Amino acid sequence: MLGFIIQRFLQAAMVMAVMSVIVFCGVYAIGNPIDIVIPPEATQDIREEAIRRLGLDRPLYEQYFIFISNLLQGDLGRSFVYNIPVLELIGGRLPATLELVLISVIAATILGVSLGIYAGYRPDSRISKTIMAVSVLGFSVPSFWVGLILILFFAVNLGWLPAGGRGETTEIWGVAWSFPTPNGLSHIVLPAVNLALFKLAMMIRLARAGTREIMLTDTIKFARAAGLSETAILRRHLLKLISIPIITIFGLELGSTLAFAVVTETIFSWPGVGKLIIDSIGVLDRPVMVAYLILVAFLFVTINFVVDLVFALIDPRIRHGVSK
Amino acid sequence: MSNNSTPLRRFWAEFRENKISVLALVVVVLLILLALFAAVVSPQNPYDLANLSLMDSRRPPGFVGSGGYIHVLGTDPQGRDLLSAIFYGLRISIQIGLAAGFVSLTIGTALGITAAYVGGRIEALIMRLVDLQLSFPAILLALVIVALLGQGKAQLIGALVAAQYAYFARTAYGAAKAERGKDYIEAALATPLSGRLVVMRHLLPNCTPPLIVVATVQIANSISLEATLSFLGLGLPVTEPSLGMLISNGFPYMMSGRYWISVYPGVALIILIVAINIVGDQVRDQFNPRLRK
Amino acid sequence: MTDPVLSVKNLSTQFFTRAGVVKAVDSVTFDLAKGEIMGLVGESGSGKTVTGFSLLGLVDAPGRIVEGSVKLNGTELTTLSQKDLRTRRGREISMIFQDPIATLNPMLTVGQQVRLAIDAHEKLSHRAADARATELLSQVGIPSASVRLRAYPHEFSGGMRQRVAIAIALLHRPSVIVADEPTTALDVSIQAQILFQMRDLAAETGTAMIWISHDLAVVSSLASKLAVMYAGRIVEQGPTATLLRDPRHPYTAGLIASLPATAKPGTPLTQIPGTTPSLLSLPPGCPFAPRCDRSTDRCEVKPQITLQESRGWRCFHPVEKNAEVLA
Repeated sequence: MLGFIIQRFLQAAMVMAVMSVIVFCGVYAIGNPIDIVIPPEATQDIREEAIRRLGLDRPLYEQYFIFISNLLQGDLGRSFVYNIPVLELIGGRLPATLELVLISVIAATILGVSLGIYAGYRPDSRISKTIMAVSVLGFSVPSFWVGLILILFFAVNLGWLPAGGRGETTEIWGVAWSFPTPNGLSHIVLPAVNLALFKLAMMIRLARAGTREIMLTDTIKFARAAGLSETAILRRHLLKLISIPIITIFGLELGSTLAFAVVTETIFSWPGVGKLIIDSIGVLDRPVMVAYLILVAFLFVTINFVVDLVFALIDPRIRHGVSK
Repeated sequence: MSNNSTPLRRFWAEFRENKISVLALVVVVLLILLALFAAVVSPQNPYDLANLSLMDSRRPPGFVGSGGYIHVLGTDPQGRDLLSAIFYGLRISIQIGLAAGFVSLTIGTALGITAAYVGGRIEALIMRLVDLQLSFPAILLALVIVALLGQGKAQLIGALVAAQYAYFARTAYGAAKAERGKDYIEAALATPLSGRLVVMRHLLPNCTPPLIVVATVQIANSISLEATLSFLGLGLPVTEPSLGMLISNGFPYMMSGRYWISVYPGVALIILIVAINIVGDQVRDQFNPRLRK
Repeated sequence: MTDPVLSVKNLSTQFFTRAGVVKAVDSVTFDLAKGEIMGLVGESGSGKTVTGFSLLGLVDAPGRIVEGSVKLNGTELTTLSQKDLRTRRGREISMIFQDPIATLNPMLTVGQQVRLAIDAHEKLSHRAADARATELLSQVGIPSASVRLRAYPHEFSGGMRQRVAIAIALLHRPSVIVADEPTTALDVSIQAQILFQMRDLAAETGTAMIWISHDLAVVSSLASKLAVMYAGRIVEQGPTATLLRDPRHPYTAGLIASLPATAKPGTPLTQIPGTTPSLLSLPPGCPFAPRCDRSTDRCEVKPQITLQESRGWRCFHPVEKNAEVLA
């Protein structure tokens, strides 16, 4: 078990190292790197000072180590626009995004897995066919378009829900959250639905495919032959077996939902990191872009690491170090 | 049960059984024709600024503008006839989707087959990179690349390719690797038959069915991704709006009830994407032996 | 003779696929007395497993029983609702499968899985159920059973896993067990152990057994009667000794001739030429005719069963032992 954790941790560290090289190349190798960290209107003095500080006059491998050591000290530069350290800027926006992403992914998973299991268990029923048709639609229709329609219907035409912003927030552990206040909650509904729909379609497909496959296995046949009730088969056997693919996807989807939040946050003016990065790209606030990339990479690696740990907890074969 | 002569005929006979798929195929063909002949079927050339009048901007469907004809779907903020703009936008969306799809197909297939054929360190290197990239959301990658490269058609296609080639590489690699391991390939390589022949005769044909499936899905994805990037203001220049840009242009007016500027281009976009996906699903089902009970 | 515990008449199961109708089981008829062991022999794809599933009502869509009757302890199973059928599965009739790795759930402990099988038919306290599970596992030969209850399937060897599956199948002392090649996936040394242990357990509990196998040698050492399946039909059945000594159907004769033990040392083993026909496109007559050296024009019609004392066969040109000796 411990060996497994160490092995996975080293793997995560490796991926992070590769990512840092890619980001370094992407940012420092394309174009003139000094333009990326210094605003175009900066004076000659500032330029030269920055070149020296970042070591841009040194060989490339030394530059990489300077980049890494700055990174490890949490120094990712200052935003041109807000003139505060980017880490602080992004840190301030992160709770809004996390709140939105977590609510969406959890809701999509619970609902999607239930519907998917039903559709996989009774593939020929009319309800299942409806579920699948809706999921094909949710899969195909671009997410920004769904957001638009949600605003048109629920905000503009019906006037039930606000179309943008975070609404009232309340502080928990010194961080502002929307979901505990009624007004904040009403603001979170539409963006969360928007973000969740695509994931919902995905979860339905996955749970359905998994269910169909599992129901045909000898494990289920044997359980039936032993006279287990369908409820016992679904609750004890199926749910346990399907948890493996679901958790894998849950982790991956958490990461990709962070990315998709870019679109949803822009549509609903949700003040999270996604909106920040789009705004930053618009005004070429490059330090923010670099920091965002590294943050996302870091979150990805962390999520994958955590998923592996959860696996080890729920799957006895991994817990005991048996290779699958 | 039909035993028609060619595989293509048999494929079509099976395809024809699903009425919805046939309908979707008809829609796709129709939309491609509309895009090809946009200049003929449109009442107006929406890219010719001399044609546009601000007097006509943001008018509802059915409005008769200064051109003297009915704007069936209304006009956009620049005074373009929306129907014409949709036809032209369709053209750009399909162009970019196809271009990005084919370039990714070529690059991805080349990488995947190379990895499977050569093996060893090169295989490990290519596939590790591909897997790393696949775990990263395509939209984010495209976003960053567009941000780094700047706006324009070529840059946009480049970003879409970078975001999508990995899917093709994975697919081609999987199919080629399975075939590469078979005894007859080893035997073929032991004879003076050149390696190129093995790749062209054996590996490539075996990758074709799964690649066709991935290609349909990825063309639809390219179109959707392009629309998303354009909507975020990171796609094409405003002068030649794609469907995503048209939707984006209309978005601010939605709050004031002028829904048509965003909604109609969106409907066109969705019909296009859903139709391609339905055709893709059908093709995938027909290629998948596990679903053939 | 007493009433049979299991009586199967004209059982036919078909799969309705896109490619056509697969006649997996065709007019299968046999009786099984209390405690009797019957061997069901045939090549893979001959419909043995589907026959087993049909008895328990476990045929998955797109397949279903189209005709025939299965009477278990006097109750007709084919017309029973799924709910009533379930209360009989595991209690009156149960089944074990070929691959013990695939049958046990890797995510649940062995104890949990035994518990689920107990709970399916009985209300027992936690402690009583554990005691019952321990007793059963020791009975099938699992050492320190009470500790092993907390272990997961992957912590057992292949043979031990199959013993767990056997324990679950025997849990409620069913009248009939369908054993679908339960030793095929195991090492040869363990095969024999399990084989005879099952025979003894069945004898102890009075359980009748249908032992499905492609291996005539294994089955004949165990079963008191045999049914030989070919392309979904039972082509010959009768007491094991009679069938082995004096086969009537050319296919049975071929199977016996290809047994290594019947061959003279130094001579090549006999083979049956050709391959099993596809169940999708069976010939209208005897399905074995294309491979049979005795076939004539008559074989283009389906041969009906010929009964003689305790045995029966479906063939127009049965092998006559005496005739061959004379020739």
